[in-house]
Amino acid sequence: MTVPVTWQDVAALLPEFFLVVWASALLLLDVFWIREKRTTAWLSALGFVVALVLAVGQMGRAPLLAFRGMVIADAFSVFLVALFALSGLVGILLAQDYLARNGIERGEFYVLLMFSVVGMMLMARVADLVMIFLALELFSLPLYVMTGFARPRADSEEAALKYFLLGAFASGFMAFGIALVYGATSTTSLPHMVDVIQAGEADLALLTAGAALVLTGLGFKIATVPFHMWTPDVYHGAPSPVSGFMAATAKMAGFAALLRLFVLVFPVVADLTPVLWALAALSMVLGNVAAIAQRNIKRLLAYSSIAHAGYMLSAAVAFADPHLGPQAVAAILFYLVAYVLATFGAWGVVILLERRIGQEGLLLEDYAGLSRQYPGLAAAMAVFMLSFIGVPPTLGFFGKFYLFRVVLDAGFVGLALIGVLTSLVSAYYYLRVVMLMYMKPGEPIVRREPRVQATVLAAAALTLFLGLTAASSLYAWATEAILRFG
Amino acid sequence: MFLETVAHEGATFFHLAPLAVFVPLLGVLLNAFFGRRWGERGVAIVAVGASGFAFVIAVLQALSLMAHPEGAVVPIAEWITIGDLRVAWAQKIDTLSVTMMLVVSGVGTLIHIYAVSYMHYDVRYKGDPGRYARFFVYFNLFIAMMMILVTGDSYLTLFVGWEGVGLCSFLLIGFWYEMDILGRPSTANARAAMKAFVVNRVGDAGFLLAMFLTFWFFGSLQFDEVFPRVHEVAAEHPWVLLAISLLLLLGVTGKSAQIPLFVWLPDAMAGPTPVSALIHAATMVTAGVYLITRSHEIYAAAPMAQEIAAMVGGLTALVAASMAVSQYDIKKVLAYSTISQLGFMVAAVGMGAFVAGMFHLVTHAFFKALLFLGSGSVIIALERAHHPLPEEGGHGHEHDEHGHHAEHHDEHEPFNPQDMRVMGGLLKRIPVTAWTYIIAALALAGIPPLAGFWSKDEILLEAKHLQPVVYALLSAAAFLTAFYITRQVLMVFFGKPRSEAAAHAVESPRLMTGVLVTLAVLSAVGGFMNAPGVHAFGHWLEHTLGHVPVLEFDPVVAGVSTLIGLVAIFLAWRVYRATFAWTEWSQDPLRRYLRGLYDVLAHAWYWDELYQVVFVRGYRALAGFLAFAVDWTFWHDWFHDVLIAGGYRRLSRFLSQPVDLGIIDGIANGLGNSVRGLALVMRRLQSGYVRNYALAVMLGVVSMLVYVAWALR
Repeated sequence: MTVPVTWQDVAALLPEFFLVVWASALLLLDVFWIREKRTTAWLSALGFVVALVLAVGQMGRAPLLAFRGMVIADAFSVFLVALFALSGLVGILLAQDYLARNGIERGEFYVLLMFSVVGMMLMARVADLVMIFLALELFSLPLYVMTGFARPRADSEEAALKYFLLGAFASGFMAFGIALVYGATSTTSLPHMVDVIQAGEADLALLTAGAALVLTGLGFKIATVPFHMWTPDVYHGAPSPVSGFMAATAKMAGFAALLRLFVLVFPVVADLTPVLWALAALSMVLGNVAAIAQRNIKRLLAYSSIAHAGYMLSAAVAFADPHLGPQAVAAILFYLVAYVLATFGAWGVVILLERRIGQEGLLLEDYAGLSRQYPGLAAAMAVFMLSFIGVPPTLGFFGKFYLFRVVLDAGFVGLALIGVLTSLVSAYYYLRVVMLMYMKPGEPIVRREPRVQATVLAAAALTLFLGLTAASSLYAWATEAILRFG
Repeated sequence: MFLETVAHEGATFFHLAPLAVFVPLLGVLLNAFFGRRWGERGVAIVAVGASGFAFVIAVLQALSLMAHPEGAVVPIAEWITIGDLRVAWAQKIDTLSVTMMLVVSGVGTLIHIYAVSYMHYDVRYKGDPGRYARFFVYFNLFIAMMMILVTGDSYLTLFVGWEGVGLCSFLLIGFWYEMDILGRPSTANARAAMKAFVVNRVGDAGFLLAMFLTFWFFGSLQFDEVFPRVHEVAAEHPWVLLAISLLLLLGVTGKSAQIPLFVWLPDAMAGPTPVSALIHAATMVTAGVYLITRSHEIYAAAPMAQEIAAMVGGLTALVAASMAVSQYDIKKVLAYSTISQLGFMVAAVGMGAFVAGMFHLVTHAFFKALLFLGSGSVIIALERAHHPLPEEGGHGHEHDEHGHHAEHHDEHEPFNPQDMRVMGGLLKRIPVTAWTYIIAALALAGIPPLAGFWSKDEILLEAKHLQPVVYALLSAAAFLTAFYITRQVLMVFFGKPRSEAAAHAVESPRLMTGVLVTLAVLSAVGGFMNAPGVHAFGHWLEHTLGHVPVLEFDPVVAGVSTLIGLVAIFLAWRVYRATFAWTEWSQDPLRRYLRGLYDVLAHAWYWDELYQVVFVRGYRALAGFLAFAVDWTFWHDWFHDVLIAGGYRRLSRFLSQPVDLGIIDGIANGLGNSVRGLALVMRRLQSGYVRNYALAVMLGVVSMLVYVAWALR
């Protein structure tokens, strides 16, 4: 049976199509034509700009199922696709100088990054269980390679191997979970699945178990406890731009699929609510507490990312409540924006201070005295730390505000309390960075890399000024990014 | 022609009423911004034009009222909107308010014209010609504020005007704020202005309280909403109307200078003479009378307040008249006279004779304005004779760059052109001023057929029927009135000149004498508008006040009051004939008869001194006690420093050391240490071995599945 591909299908996935074609072309060009790797970087950055424009062009369109119901272009996915395109651009801006100065700039890096972004975009588009698995692997495999990109450095390779092994392990659970869900509903198509479940024809026990296993796979990607253990090692071992890129985007991708599955398809498995509750609580507590003991900034940010996954997951605990579902989605999307901005910015600062790959300039003490010599950079870092804590008027404050509001509306007072208290704990290690920068004398060495510096300052400005001026309109925008099937 | 238009076509000019406020305000703005550039002529044209325009508007209102006696309410603007409360600024045009408009703008315009010439001299003798424009800015502002006051359709709007004219009064009393009335550097004028303002605040507090009560019990301050409900509220809360009317009366005693708050008015003579004529004789001080007349329905419901108001008016009339007897300052005599005449009016409206009170208000505006303007003419005449301006052939050495002319005299006491003892024999030197003055004096003394006779007679007639005690007080006051004004006329205009200046006094310019003559005509014939048998004024006010019973003309009352006046004049002539022989300052002949009592009168019954001791010193003592004993020693030193600050310090020391360091920090450090400990344990868990990590994932999955199995069991 031949399946005709219509123009409508292409239109639905236009940014992804473009990026795939562009990346493939770039791969060839890089091998045969391009002398300067810098050119590849710029061309891939250009690709992301075009993809961003295409994604923005998709905004405001009616939801559209494409490829026989495999993917969907709805407001939610378009919102995230645009964010992914932007993240890809930032990823390249952060990476290029770093790779060049450490002698590991190879053209395939950018191509891999583009493929990874395509996979993440598809994570936001999924309308079929098979598609989830495909997208997950599509964005994960390039990440494994990029993690090991500092070859022949052992810690980078070790990290890549760990990530790959554990990722494969988690994918296994995921595949098994997909199989169980298929068994329970005899369909892989999510819209059909909704029909089947509503008709009461699904095997609930099987479905619940399957959902739990799928949650395992996604929880691994977003790094929630207890599927988090790879995170510090991988973030530590991977080249810093890759760590930053992963920390920001992989989490977004995981949440994209998680929200679509749980809010739209799985409300029926309300029995999983306590499981999500426990995952969120554990992540918040463990991430924040463990971060306190870190002396390496990359590990600190890794644990911090675990904690933030917990915060976001705490809003998703309300997935089974049909009234709170959209609110939870909006709150998580908003929090993701705040988190992504601060994460890219913080990792940008890490990149600027990292003297030799994985060796010097990564300890917290290396940040001492930063405010004297680089007041702008120190102020930007302080803004990111404050946004991570959730101090007004940064964007992070509003993110936490909307999140905890959903959690409280859903009645999970205990969870909200844990969230607030662990935020308090987190202030300890975030403020220690600020304290070191501003109150301890030191001679930090910072690289002059205008692209990274500009990215850092832009992220800081956005974190501060979006918080000051546009928090509510940004939230309104996130609210419009409703998840739908048709 | 207008009249025909109005009467036959039913058109009205009510909608033009706001111009009576805004055109004078325009005059204020023009003169404030461009006055100095335009010079005296331009300033005069603008100011007189603005005031005259207001008069034209007032006349148009009166014409409209003839065809539509019911009047109108002319909305100007939304003012306050708070919740359900909506206060509009609107003008109430009825026969009462238009009467006031006519008096204010009519007499006001005449005085403006007079001041054009008078201030020309005044600013030069006081040494600051640049202040000419400022005077007319204040003067126009006063007209505007007075219009707001008399046309306001609610107590709140009235109060705005009330305070506005108070402000103008303050500004104009202190017009020469850096000197005294003789031009010597001093704070005397400024203090006089302050005194007027502060004393008026006492009255205003009463007015405000009355408004609060009104709003509380009537739910509105709008005249049209308050008055119809007077009987209803009076039936429910009998004391409310008494309280409101007495508190209003307190406001009246401030603004209209009645006992006990009259003390500011004699000091207010520090202002230039046109100010005294316009503000402190003809218009502003009658606002209290207007207020009572406007609130006649409230007073009618509180008979006790009426009696008190009548008594206050009667006592003030008598007391102030007695004080006027022994003054030497030509304007001070008139000031006490004004207080006394205001007492007549307050007594009249107090006992319910609203028409008589308003009638006297109008005639008094004519003859008292004339008296003040005449006294100003006398003062300027003496000044000009004493040291002519350079433009009039004077030597000009009197007002060089130092300004204050009085400094250049070698005399111990500088020449005081207001002191009646330096006058005398002016009848021949300044005949127009003198004769018009005498007409006004006779009108004040109540000699028929001049205006004052008719209005005073009507008050006495009403008093005889309504409150015999007040009738007695007012008759005695009338006697003293005739006496002191005769004394003044004799001292100023008759006998021989008692100074060089008086001997060479020159008549004032035509502009001033023209106004004097106009007012003299009004003082002479103004009384006929409500003479017995005519009662046009009474019928006119009936449209606002309701039916007013007209008392039959009583020849006995009229005869007695005329007789009283004539006797007083005769006695005064007998006593003060002696001054004709005065060559220099000597004892007042009356002192020979009255002895100690004369000094008491000359010191205004030591009223100011009493207030000084009781209120000013008492207040200062209280303030000192509050400031030093209560506030500083008790409140600051003890309560704040010892109790609050010290206590807080002790408490914070307690909280910071044993509690915070010991307990809280102990717990917090313990918590922190345990969190750190936990973190270290976790770091140990983070072994780096993939198998351990996978095990963690596995354990997680298994516990999830176990839970799911348990939940779905």
